[in-house]
Amino acid sequence: MTMSSAPDLDIDHVAKLARLALTTEEKAKFSQQLGDVLHHIEQLGKVDVTGVEPTAHAFPIVNVWANDVVRPGLTVEAALRNAPAQRDNMIVVPKVVE
Amino acid sequence: MAAELFFKSIAELGALLDTKTVSSAELTQAVIARTKAVEGRVKAFNSFDEADALAQASASDARRAAGQARGPLEGIPVGLKDVISVAGQPLTASSKMLANFVSPYDATVTTKLKGAGAVIWGRLNCDEFAMGSSTENSAFGPTANPWDLSRVPGGSSGGSSAALAAGETIAALGSDTGGSIRQPAALCGVVGLKPTYGLVSRYGLIAFASSLDQIGPFARTVEDAAIMLGAIAGHDPLDSTSFKADIPDYRAEVKRRQGPWRLGIPKEYFGAGLDPEVNAAVERAIAFYRAQGCEIKEVSLPHTQYCLDTYYIIATAEASSNLARYDGIRYGHRSKDAKDAVDIYFKSRAEGFGAEVKRRIILGTYVLSSGYYDAFYLRAQKVRTLIRQDFLNAYREVDALLTPTSPVPAFKLGEKSDPLALYLCDIYTIGVNLAGLPALSVPCGFTTGGLPIGLQLIGQPFAEANLLAMARAYEQAHDWHRQHPSL
Repeated sequence: MTMSSAPDLDIDHVAKLARLALTTEEKAKFSQQLGDVLHHIEQLGKVDVTGVEPTAHAFPIVNVWANDVVRPGLTVEAALRNAPAQRDNMIVVPKVVE
Repeated sequence: MAAELFFKSIAELGALLDTKTVSSAELTQAVIARTKAVEGRVKAFNSFDEADALAQASASDARRAAGQARGPLEGIPVGLKDVISVAGQPLTASSKMLANFVSPYDATVTTKLKGAGAVIWGRLNCDEFAMGSSTENSAFGPTANPWDLSRVPGGSSGGSSAALAAGETIAALGSDTGGSIRQPAALCGVVGLKPTYGLVSRYGLIAFASSLDQIGPFARTVEDAAIMLGAIAGHDPLDSTSFKADIPDYRAEVKRRQGPWRLGIPKEYFGAGLDPEVNAAVERAIAFYRAQGCEIKEVSLPHTQYCLDTYYIIATAEASSNLARYDGIRYGHRSKDAKDAVDIYFKSRAEGFGAEVKRRIILGTYVLSSGYYDAFYLRAQKVRTLIRQDFLNAYREVDALLTPTSPVPAFKLGEKSDPLALYLCDIYTIGVNLAGLPALSVPCGFTTGGLPIGLQLIGQPFAEANLLAMARAYEQAHDWHRQHPSL
């Protein structure tokens, strides 16, 4: 694998992808710490993985079907109990479109 | 004797409850009193509900009086790591993000424990979103190790192991993604079992890395761990990765199954970084099994050195995806300073997550991002195949593997501030999660400084009964589990 690009983690770009606002201090600290971790990870490039299938789950179970039937679920009140802001059985958010 | 109720095993207490020597109400009162006496120093709980626990205990006593006792967990207080849902109770994942969250439903393991008659007792501290090896990443402050209050209890399920060691509960549940049950069990001198991936339902468990997470028990004895596993194991249609495996009577099987077994010693697990006292204790355990007639064979897991990197790519990638749900919209922390709807995401997540969670989200997002996916994530999944194959190859020759659980005993609070140094604490436990195998930690001695040491037994897929029987054979011949910290 080409790991030459590993340490150049563009923290602004990645933080934006992750929808995470970072302070200047956090950016500097995480860049350095994750640089160390990525440097460590570079050794994975030494493993010969030619012809090896990837493992997503140790015991892959595929096509788990469920009957399409109505089952009891949470009430509206229960589902909204943890909402930060609500009104008339709806979650309140700021205006999305000006 | 009543004063010592909180240090007894489930099996011992079951006999006392059956003969009506004590009631569940008395036992629960004893656990509550013990918790109040030591919790100020141990700080194992995020929350507990005394009135609710006592009401459950009274209900249990009423069932027993009516001849409707439900089995070995009837009336036994069990603490849950604060990542497992209990309807109507707080669920925080030790994060500011969920500081005010109340579970709308029970996790499947909670339903099963309630169905078995257990008294659900409190929500136990952990590293934030189960990310860490010391419980220092909790947004609500660290938990102390009951054996030495200046040291960590391990993590991420450190509240579970510390509460059990301190007598603040009779058993507990934790979750294990890279060692988060076994390592804290080792550091606190209790038994901790990570089941085979798919044996225990993850429904109602706050997700960290879905292909690695498993719920499992903490217990004082191997028999107790078998009782707990029997209560929580089994197929669940609400978890699509749940396996349709036969569930034996673990408690009976553990007593019935005798060795000798063929035991493998992976040479890669005894290298640099292993504390000499831990090494010596594990060597003595190996000698015990040899003396019992077990065949001891050195084996090799050649990709061991790649486990840590593979784990941190896969675990952080899955975490970055799982934690995307915390957006400040439907539940969880919402920033009061957001300019608009999109800004809610950025600021709520910035305010709600702690440093380690942010670091892992950044790393996970990076390894999944365009241009890096093949080099990191896909490659890690391929190396995962090789790591799993290493274990399966070893199992052609042996029934189980013996290793240290943690390379070091409990370290000082604040000692490991560098993330990479802390990640290295997991080197003996993470391979098991990548391969989906069952493994447990059983106490195997103390350092000269009085800190517990854990022996790890790693088993074949779904061979928990064998694994527990092996551990019990060792436990029966030693008395480490009968020692308790003085608090």
